[in-house]
Amino acid sequence: MMRKWKDDVLLCLIYLAAFFTEFLLIGILGYVFVKGFPQVSLSFLTNVTSVLQGTAGIAGNFVNTLYMVVMTLAVAVPFGIGAAIYLNEYARPGRVVRLIEFTTETLAGIPSILFGLFGMVFFGTTLGLGYSILTGALTLALMVLPLITKNTQEALKAVPEAYRSGAFGMGAGKWYMIRTILLPAAMPGIVTGILLSVGRILGESAALLFTAGSGYFLPRSFGGWFRKLSESGGTLTVQLYLSMSKAQYSVAFGIAAVLLCMVLGINFLVRMLAKKWDAV
Amino acid sequence: MCLKGSESEYQRNRSSHARGVEKAAEILFGLCGMSAILAVGSITLYMIVNGIPAVLQVGWKEILFSTVWMPTAKEPSFGIFSVILTSIAGTFLAVLIGVPLAVLTAVFLSEVAPAHLASIVRPAVELLAGIPSVIYGVLGMMVLNPLMYRLEQWIFADSETHQFTGGANLLSAAIVLAVMILPTVITISEAAIRAVPPELMASSLALGASFVQTIFRVTLPAAKSGILTAVVLGIGRAMGEAMAISLVSGNSVNLPLPFMSVRFLTTAIVSEMGYAGGLHRQVLFTIGLVLFGFIMVINLVLHRILKGEGRP
Amino acid sequence: MAGDKGQRRMTQCKMMTEKLNVYYGKRHALKDVDIRIRSHAVTALIGPSGCGKSTFLKTLNRMNDLVGNVRIEGQVYLDGEDIYSTRMDVTRLRKRVGMVFQQPNPFPMTIYDNIAYGPRIHGIKGKEQLDGIVERSLRQAAIWEEVREGLYKSALGLSGGQKQRLCIARALAVEPEVLLMDEPTSALDPVSTLKVEELMTAFKQKYTIVIVTHNMQQAARISDDTVFFLEGELVESDTTARLFSHPADRRTRAYINGRFG
Repeated sequence: MMRKWKDDVLLCLIYLAAFFTEFLLIGILGYVFVKGFPQVSLSFLTNVTSVLQGTAGIAGNFVNTLYMVVMTLAVAVPFGIGAAIYLNEYARPGRVVRLIEFTTETLAGIPSILFGLFGMVFFGTTLGLGYSILTGALTLALMVLPLITKNTQEALKAVPEAYRSGAFGMGAGKWYMIRTILLPAAMPGIVTGILLSVGRILGESAALLFTAGSGYFLPRSFGGWFRKLSESGGTLTVQLYLSMSKAQYSVAFGIAAVLLCMVLGINFLVRMLAKKWDAV
Repeated sequence: MCLKGSESEYQRNRSSHARGVEKAAEILFGLCGMSAILAVGSITLYMIVNGIPAVLQVGWKEILFSTVWMPTAKEPSFGIFSVILTSIAGTFLAVLIGVPLAVLTAVFLSEVAPAHLASIVRPAVELLAGIPSVIYGVLGMMVLNPLMYRLEQWIFADSETHQFTGGANLLSAAIVLAVMILPTVITISEAAIRAVPPELMASSLALGASFVQTIFRVTLPAAKSGILTAVVLGIGRAMGEAMAISLVSGNSVNLPLPFMSVRFLTTAIVSEMGYAGGLHRQVLFTIGLVLFGFIMVINLVLHRILKGEGRP
Repeated sequence: MAGDKGQRRMTQCKMMTEKLNVYYGKRHALKDVDIRIRSHAVTALIGPSGCGKSTFLKTLNRMNDLVGNVRIEGQVYLDGEDIYSTRMDVTRLRKRVGMVFQQPNPFPMTIYDNIAYGPRIHGIKGKEQLDGIVERSLRQAAIWEEVREGLYKSALGLSGGQKQRLCIARALAVEPEVLLMDEPTSALDPVSTLKVEELMTAFKQKYTIVIVTHNMQQAARISDDTVFFLEGELVESDTTARLFSHPADRRTRAYINGRFG
């Protein structure tokens, strides 16, 4: 009898924990959307915040975010995929591989605020890039590198050995085999890694605050779009943090709602991809 | 004859060209592989190079074990002891709150939940993992802090010495951290629980144990190294989190008591790096170095556990 | 021969099934099985793989309840009580009808805790009492001498044969009345197999034993009664001596002469 009672209490706790988790998500989404969507309008999305014109808008931050995502991936994706190919296809198991895997793991465990400090002094000061989107993107590239390496590596591991020996058996060179057989077969894993990285970049703030800064203007001339890389630029998330600390709650909730939509979108894509991949 | 000669010439050229490409590819991929080593190496180097000068100038005892933090005073003092303690206490509390919740949810997902419920809760966990940390901070500030303030008013109603924090205190920060480590701990614990052989559970049931007894006495102990991994990862996340808790923790340097406004290693950097200069700035890097030290220890522990798991 | 039969009638029937039918989804895994299992005897279930002998074993302590889309019809009696009636407490049933599995699977804890697991589940807490149970069970399973020095070491460090005897000791610790064994020696080496077989013969005095085996020599060596299953049907059930020397059914004869399976 005692046992039955104890079992029921524990089972109850298990259900409560799960419902709490579920409730947490619904609560966060609900709260942010209810408070945030009223702030989101066409002018909010297409304008730049300006004291002179009295407008509040996030177009500049939106563009910065786009730059940040593209630049970060442009650096991290080749390196990440390359590292995964090296680990899985070239390197012989041994000290070097263990060291690479250990450092990749370590890199994944370093908090973003420390990436921020490093990026600030290394890319910003030592390399002289200052507070700029480039500094931010290089910093973030280090941060998402493990995500891309890990996901690509998993995908490569899943490619059947027969594909490789088949290609070699027809006299294909290793690089040719990698290009034509392995990479296409591993593509879903690579794309998953990239999408997860985009999620990280979208949500990042600590590593960007002291590397990319907080500029929020749109370029005024054609050349400005290129110069932008070397200029300070705050992403949506950085702007959200700054608005929050300045108690500009309406802007903050507007950005939060937009951000959450993006996160939901990415999550949806990852899920679709996983489903498609499983089906193959 | 002539034709044959040129053909073999062509082939030789072609194969030496191919060899060149192969070699180049191998070297390039090798370099990519080294990038992680290079990154961790230079981060470590920079952390040490930038973090040490202040230690040398102020003295390590003075920095690490003094609780007086007055970086901008006329006679500045740079004691970060309270900040270190706060990070430890905050992380500990977060784990204390978050881990039981996470492990129970993992049990729910892997053992208890009927398929239709699991298919609602699992995506929720994935989504929670994707929500930017600042948004957790926003929620903490707008929802949790006011609640905490009410609790504070109720508890300290008769206190004459308590400094009211408006709810921005260690407890709020710990709760936000607990929520933020949930997805990590749930996902990894669930995988660990799933990896427990079903025969083990069958044996327990065959001895007359109930389903719930089996979960708590056989399944969870059998999954303990995986759950430990999850907890250590959670500790790492909690220790390194900056933005969310900088919004909810009040940000003044105090000893870590639940209803005190506090500053963490991470939030100290966030809130002062913007304006700090000279020695003050260098001390902030020392704080970064201390945090880096904690994280490296956590990483090493994790590495050990994972390696131990690989052995039969 | 007649004496044999007479004795059989006289000994008490411990478990009994009537018109037992088991379905996994649409698959009809057991068809109208009627069996009497004698008390204090070893009953061997034989037949080719997939014939339903393991399924039958699992219905005897309701381990089939754990399988998703299983449907069970008919009655299973333990000492005259229907174990599938709603009044039956499954955990009590499984305490009375213990089980040893094909793969030795000790819990990842100490040897002591493995044995004490069952008694603790059933509410025994006293250290001395548990010590006694642990020693008695390990002795019964003939493994006491090998592990008495290392009771607090992990059970995962034992050899395969030792693990299986530990699992037998673990099952004995809750003092079952019936012990179900699902090919308990198929994962073991010949020496360990012999040890486990010796145990079973010795257990008869205290317990009723039902063993599934794919090894006919084993069935012949250790069992008193043998039941032959084929494609979910009970083909023949008799004393082991008779079933192996004078099988009544043509299919039984073919099987024990090694023509299929």
